[in-house]
Amino acid sequence: MHIRRSHDEIAANRARYEEHQRQGLNATPKALPGKSDKPAASIAEDRIIHREIIPGGWYWSTRVKANEVLRISLDQGLSTLSLIAWNAADTTERLNLPDTVKVQWTTGLAKGRVIFSDMGRVMFSIVEDSCGAHDVLVGGSTASSNAKKYAGANGPALRNTRDNFVLLATKAGLDKRDIPAALALFAPVRVDADGKFHWKPELVQQGDYVDLRADMDMIVGFSNCPHPLDPNPVYAPNPVTVTRIEASAPSADDLCRTATPEAVRGFENNAFAAL
Amino acid sequence: MTQFVQTSSARTLTNAVQDHYIPAEAPFSTVVKKGQILRIEDSYGQQAIDTLFYNAQDFSERYSSQDTMREQGAAYISTGTKIISSEGRVMAVMTADTCGRHDTSAGACSCESNTVRFGHYTKYLHACRDNFVLEVSKHGMSKRDVVPNINFFMNVPIEPSGEMTIVDGISAPGDYVELKAEMDLLLVISNCPQINNPCNGFDPTPVRVLVWEGEDA
Repeated sequence: MHIRRSHDEIAANRARYEEHQRQGLNATPKALPGKSDKPAASIAEDRIIHREIIPGGWYWSTRVKANEVLRISLDQGLSTLSLIAWNAADTTERLNLPDTVKVQWTTGLAKGRVIFSDMGRVMFSIVEDSCGAHDVLVGGSTASSNAKKYAGANGPALRNTRDNFVLLATKAGLDKRDIPAALALFAPVRVDADGKFHWKPELVQQGDYVDLRADMDMIVGFSNCPHPLDPNPVYAPNPVTVTRIEASAPSADDLCRTATPEAVRGFENNAFAAL
Repeated sequence: MTQFVQTSSARTLTNAVQDHYIPAEAPFSTVVKKGQILRIEDSYGQQAIDTLFYNAQDFSERYSSQDTMREQGAAYISTGTKIISSEGRVMAVMTADTCGRHDTSAGACSCESNTVRFGHYTKYLHACRDNFVLEVSKHGMSKRDVVPNINFFMNVPIEPSGEMTIVDGISAPGDYVELKAEMDLLLVISNCPQINNPCNGFDPTPVRVLVWEGEDA
């Protein structure tokens, strides 16, 4: 027979949870300071390590070092860029979106939020973001989602994010078992009261950008394919620019490191792992 | 919203081909053959049942929460939901649901995420990912094979603003879901031990798993 916990124990645990929830939700105004200005601040040429223009339909991966910034920008038109990442020193540690949304009490990632690994550590800080319209739930396209969506246009032959990730993972010495759930940047997906997904095209425009600061050494993979919920019946992803920018150490009052109690504890886990 | 589908009277406890009792907080796995009907019962009510599926012939094909949500066009799963694999194939179809609210966005608890969410002092508490890793290790898999899962009976409403919190489950004692296997499946369960949030009313309880032969076999 199962022995249940006492009412006092349950009440104490509930009170503790409600306090965590209150602190987490009360932090929202600081964690979400608003959208970054457009156009993006210019970057001194001598701070640019590399600039890659990923053509529509294609993939790219790069190593990044802690504190470097990846600026991802739609300067050639609309597109969705799907992103995955692994800890460079131990690729069994990878992007974990369920933890990212759960510990920050929101599916809405925007300037001020951080992105977690499966090991309770921070992989990225969203240090600038001009649109705040990204998708953590649905992820990238697949051969079958393309086949359904572009039935009259040779859909199965069009490049898709799942296959792109298999390719880039394999070239990094990994395989399909290592591909985590993907973050889709510039994918304006919203959820209604019944849980149904909606695409809100007005939330993303040409010129939008996101600056992601790497908070550990990583391998980062990108796929530039139309999001499966993008209603555009034409397969027409524009090139996306990824600029890798030299590191500067974050200040003591860095927004993302101090925005919420959860971010603070995540960075404590990073610091401990780096000892 | 609950869509109750009457379970078949041809299935009784005496003609089940598998009947398992999973203690509170424990891991579990079994193989469910194509065409069989799987029932997962929340015996005491308000218990989150963290669940993963693998193709029993090729474990590299496994449950995909993102593909499943995309296929539904919605974040929650219920009767009629197709459980989609990482290869885009239907692994199972949900054929009955007496509860109506199940999550596949919030993933499983882990010692590591608990430290972030609830404080470092919660690190040394039994957690779902440890259950999953122990259970999949019996089948030659490891942490890299533990992917975002389904949380049957876990209530995680997502607001139009994006805000999400885990709130009290709405399942009553004896509530169940049924799924028809569309391929031979390795079913892996962590009967969630979390006591820091209300996913199981701060009081983990046992659950039951039953399997029947399909009626159209």
